[in-house]
Amino acid sequence: MKIHEYQGKEILRKYGVATPGGKACFSVGEAVSAAKELDGRLWVVKAQIHAGGRGKGGGVKLARSLDEVRDHASAILGMTLVTHQTGPEGKEVKRLLIEEGADIQAELYVGIVVDRATQRVTIMASSEGGTEIEEVAAAMPEKIHKVAVDPMEGLTAEQARELAMKIGIPDVALDEASKFLMALYQAFWDTDASLAEINPLILTGDGRVLALDAKLNFDDNALYRHPELRELRDLDEEDPNEIEASKFDLNYISLDGDIGCLVNGAGLAMATMDIIKLYGSAPANFLDVGGGATTEQVTEAFKIMLRNPNLKAILVNIFGGIMRCDVIAEGLVNAAREVNLSVPLVVRLEGTNVERGREILADSGIAVIAATTMADAAEKVVAAARGQ
Amino acid sequence: MSILINKDSRVVTQGITGKTGMFHTKHSIEYAFGKNCYVAGVTPGKGGMEVQGVPVYDTVAEAREKTGANVSVIYVPPPFAAAAIDESVEAGLDVVICITEGIPVKDMIMTRHKMQGRDTVLVGPNCPGVITPEELKIGIMPGYIHKKGPVGVVSRSGTLTYEVVAQLTELGLGQTTCVGIGGDPVNGLKHLDVMKLFNDDPDTEGVVICGEIGGTDEEECAAWVKDNMSKPVVGFIAGVTAPPGKRMGHAGAIISGGKGTAVEKIAAMEDAGISVTRSPADIGKLMKEALS
Repeated sequence: MKIHEYQGKEILRKYGVATPGGKACFSVGEAVSAAKELDGRLWVVKAQIHAGGRGKGGGVKLARSLDEVRDHASAILGMTLVTHQTGPEGKEVKRLLIEEGADIQAELYVGIVVDRATQRVTIMASSEGGTEIEEVAAAMPEKIHKVAVDPMEGLTAEQARELAMKIGIPDVALDEASKFLMALYQAFWDTDASLAEINPLILTGDGRVLALDAKLNFDDNALYRHPELRELRDLDEEDPNEIEASKFDLNYISLDGDIGCLVNGAGLAMATMDIIKLYGSAPANFLDVGGGATTEQVTEAFKIMLRNPNLKAILVNIFGGIMRCDVIAEGLVNAAREVNLSVPLVVRLEGTNVERGREILADSGIAVIAATTMADAAEKVVAAARGQ
Repeated sequence: MSILINKDSRVVTQGITGKTGMFHTKHSIEYAFGKNCYVAGVTPGKGGMEVQGVPVYDTVAEAREKTGANVSVIYVPPPFAAAAIDESVEAGLDVVICITEGIPVKDMIMTRHKMQGRDTVLVGPNCPGVITPEELKIGIMPGYIHKKGPVGVVSRSGTLTYEVVAQLTELGLGQTTCVGIGGDPVNGLKHLDVMKLFNDDPDTEGVVICGEIGGTDEEECAAWVKDNMSKPVVGFIAGVTAPPGKRMGHAGAIISGGKGTAVEKIAAMEDAGISVTRSPADIGKLMKEALS
């Protein structure tokens, strides 16, 4: 699960991670009042959307007066912000963060992830913050310093200090930087985060270490034990189709092709998308119905796919293991009747009781294009989508 | 021969009194030598019961002591599944196969940490299990699609593995053992570990490796294969069309920071001499060619 920058900073502050003072706002009036309450003569007006690249897209502006705060807040609130992560359709800005301006002397980077290779939480830090960290990692890997953390001990003071030295924190700020890193690690660990990224981490003119930006993602599998985090979910930031699908335990992701896919199992679902591409077309979605594929799930899956105006055909690829093909076929028939399918439907069933499953489809009176292998299914659905 | 499990394994089902544990234990007992192999179940507080003719114990240690169980399979709900793995490791079992999907990553980090220096081998979590055809099925895969033979299969996904196995069986190619290692980022055996086991297994003549986007496990496996593997390897990577930053069902199946793309993995595998197909429909055919 993703959250907004301001929510992330609120969590981090509780752990003692230093950030500039700031306040979340939902209107221009609130933005101006927030600026008045904050110290100083310099403010930053920041669009709060989940996607990155907000600055380049025009969603982050510096204000030198309250009038400028008002102007920027009016311009940004309600704008459709397009960044490299939002896709061309962009994202409407509904929330702002008004923050104290900071005297930036240096921009550094720190990120925390779970490293599959070491099977531990790993902290990565670099003196080269502010820019795209992927580019630094690719061009100058020696500038990325990593520490794999022992889960029993946590990030030790020595490790934190050594890491701070490696990324060029001056002696006067080493204590503060070490505390910052340890607090950040603790926040990550305690909240079951999957990503904590501070980019940039800044050094100020008066020797302070601050998180100028904050990105926190959480492990969905652990949200059951963090009710306080679940409340931070912002449904406005999620694809409505994906939200609808999740209500029926469907794992759905919108893509930009025109062939809808309904598959059981994530690996087979990806492989089905790949074979559609191989046969010259593109998938409209990733959709994993899980092991069950009940009538209700298939019906909802069809409905969600049919909302897509670009949809030209649907491919159902089910490998019935424990779930028998005849049961799945009955579910497909009922679902197809209920939603009144407006595009060609290609079905490939394999597995337990497959003969009976194919009979049920053939006898149903529903226009189903039956396929045997995955290749056969891909060829048929691509042809059907092209009206052949 | 086979790897990890065979008809001499003695299996304990953790979570045997739950709906899933009961269902799959029944199907596994009905497969080949399952009746001899499934010797115990464990559910805390339910010791003394019997499920599918199998005695239930309160702890894995007790089940091991009373029945000689050396392999466990876990169907415990996600909040308690990591502790169930810990219990089997503590009891000193040889192999632990965790089917449970949705275990918090933090729990698995702690479990893997505690496993350091122990001999117990973990398969999964979030996997279909392990099957040695015509001997023993431990997990949720449909048994009947498998057939005894010379091909080893290792894969991160469930139904895609069934697809591959069905293709192999259809072409007359049976399997020594099929191992689903699971789709989670922090887990037990990796492709590389299973590949080594197949290389050492005299009955395995060729190996199918099915990978997917995310992480670098397939690349690490490929690097080892390049210098050490003495048998033909055929591969497929799912997710060529997956966009970066979107998690494709499995917790580990995500392209992040430009790493873990299918293109990179395929390149590493081809560089190692692995025959990689772009079409998931041709995996069996490619293995047949590699073995002839």
